[in-house]
Amino acid sequence: MRALSGITLSIPRGELFGLLGPNGAGKSTLINIVAGLVKRSSGEVKVFGHDVERDYRTTRALVGAVPQELVYDHFFTVRQTLKIQSGYYGLTRNGDWVEELLQRLELKTHENKTIRELSGGMKRRLLVAKAMVHRPAVLILDEPTAGVDVALRRSLWDLVRQVHREGTTVVLTTHYLDEAEELCERVGIINHGAFVALDRKEALMQQIHHRCVTLEFSSRMARLPPELETLGAKLSEDGIRASMLVDRNDASLQRLLSVLGRGELPLKDFQVYGAGLEDVFLQLTSDSSEKTVGRGASQAVS
Amino acid sequence: MSAFPSASLIPVPFRTIVYREVHRFFIVINQTLLAPVISAVLYLFIFGFSLGDRFGSFHGYSYLNFLVPGLVMMGLVNNSFQNPSSSLMISKFEGNIVDILMAPIGHVEIVLGYMLGGMFRGLLVGGSILVVSCFLALPPFSHPLYLVAVALCSSALFSLFGIVAGIWAEKFDDLAMFPTFIITPLTYLGGVFYSISILPPLWRKVSLLNPLLYMINALRFGFLGVSDVNPFWSLAALGILDAVLFSVCLAMLRSGYRLRK
Repeated sequence: MRALSGITLSIPRGELFGLLGPNGAGKSTLINIVAGLVKRSSGEVKVFGHDVERDYRTTRALVGAVPQELVYDHFFTVRQTLKIQSGYYGLTRNGDWVEELLQRLELKTHENKTIRELSGGMKRRLLVAKAMVHRPAVLILDEPTAGVDVALRRSLWDLVRQVHREGTTVVLTTHYLDEAEELCERVGIINHGAFVALDRKEALMQQIHHRCVTLEFSSRMARLPPELETLGAKLSEDGIRASMLVDRNDASLQRLLSVLGRGELPLKDFQVYGAGLEDVFLQLTSDSSEKTVGRGASQAVS
Repeated sequence: MSAFPSASLIPVPFRTIVYREVHRFFIVINQTLLAPVISAVLYLFIFGFSLGDRFGSFHGYSYLNFLVPGLVMMGLVNNSFQNPSSSLMISKFEGNIVDILMAPIGHVEIVLGYMLGGMFRGLLVGGSILVVSCFLALPPFSHPLYLVAVALCSSALFSLFGIVAGIWAEKFDDLAMFPTFIITPLTYLGGVFYSISILPPLWRKVSLLNPLLYMINALRFGFLGVSDVNPFWSLAALGILDAVLFSVCLAMLRSGYRLRK
């Protein structure tokens, strides 16, 4: 059974690339081939022109990877772990950088704790520190913010942005699509071992034509005007909210604005949600019979 | 961003693996060093003092003198095996084996690093048993250089065997088979506690198939100058087996057998 098939991907130096896909789609297999944990059965994978198997020592020195699972060595403290990790990459005089990583990742106060004494979020930060200990030119993050709290998630995002600004090529896989939307310049969506989309984030979001519109009324409505019903609007059970999907490529939005412009409705609030990566993701990775628009659809029927 | 590896005659990744392997067993020193030494001391008391007189002398030496090399070898091979095998198994179980697999480390460095870590523990345990034994029965150290060569080759052999087992095993139960069904029976039947000269002819011949017999007798030759088998063939065979197992370890790492998917 092939985990990946027909994959052609080139990530320019310095890009922040997002790799998305449902569970089992082949994301981890792809990045593990680059990191050297999975042997490819055919094809070619290169890092800065070096083959990941023939020139494995060169490519592994260029790549730092944060694995998806919380893997750790419970025998050692945080500082010892980073010292050992540095040694694996041939480094003995990188104390300043290790110090900076401890500070940046808020691990300094925990440096003498064994890994077992760390919380889940700290373990995740330590994995990031380990991946960066040799200042890799390519940083691969396999779901780096899984299971971390909101504040830490934001600080990890800041760190990713910072290393990216410093010239590091970053490849990010994530289940949090807002994370990819927030961070990535270009996005590849992989499903069943093949790319179903590969483009700049904005270009992908342009593919979603629907907008979700919600209306909130100041008084309870018994029913909606027929013009709104023909646009697909649905009234909530309490009668004070209505929602609908409108296609930005036809005249739906124009007709909606025309109805609202007459001033006959007790309109209190009006919201339009644009398409996000989540919509693109769901549209491209769901079976054709189930194709939907994620955030828009879920909000339209709520 | 760039990394500047330290210039050194001995590669840093190799040194790091040795450091990790040695540091790891020192963290659990009660289990890794004290426990086998105490077991050996108990054997010395029970077999050497309590029952030793009943066995008489072996090749002109007291039973206690005869027993010490066997106990030293038993501690040495068990611990040389356990260090890399348990380290690799735990790393695979906890997932941190990826740290080594993703790092730019050569296969030879990995094998040598784990091997030296295992050798260090085996030699430390064997040496500690010897030091304690010297208070009870000081052996004559008949062939000291030969003794050192046998100790190094034997610990290397079982460290390499431990690497093979650690890579091969998929669960702790797989790993437990080696000491339970292979190393302990071969050690006990390899002449730790007796000379094969006391066995009936058939069992004496069967014993000659046991590689531990040659290792234990080789070490005994180094200490006492007596052996049930030709000591120089034993050392040569040890060297050859070391080379074969080293090649097996390298082949396993290169192929990614049970390490890389």
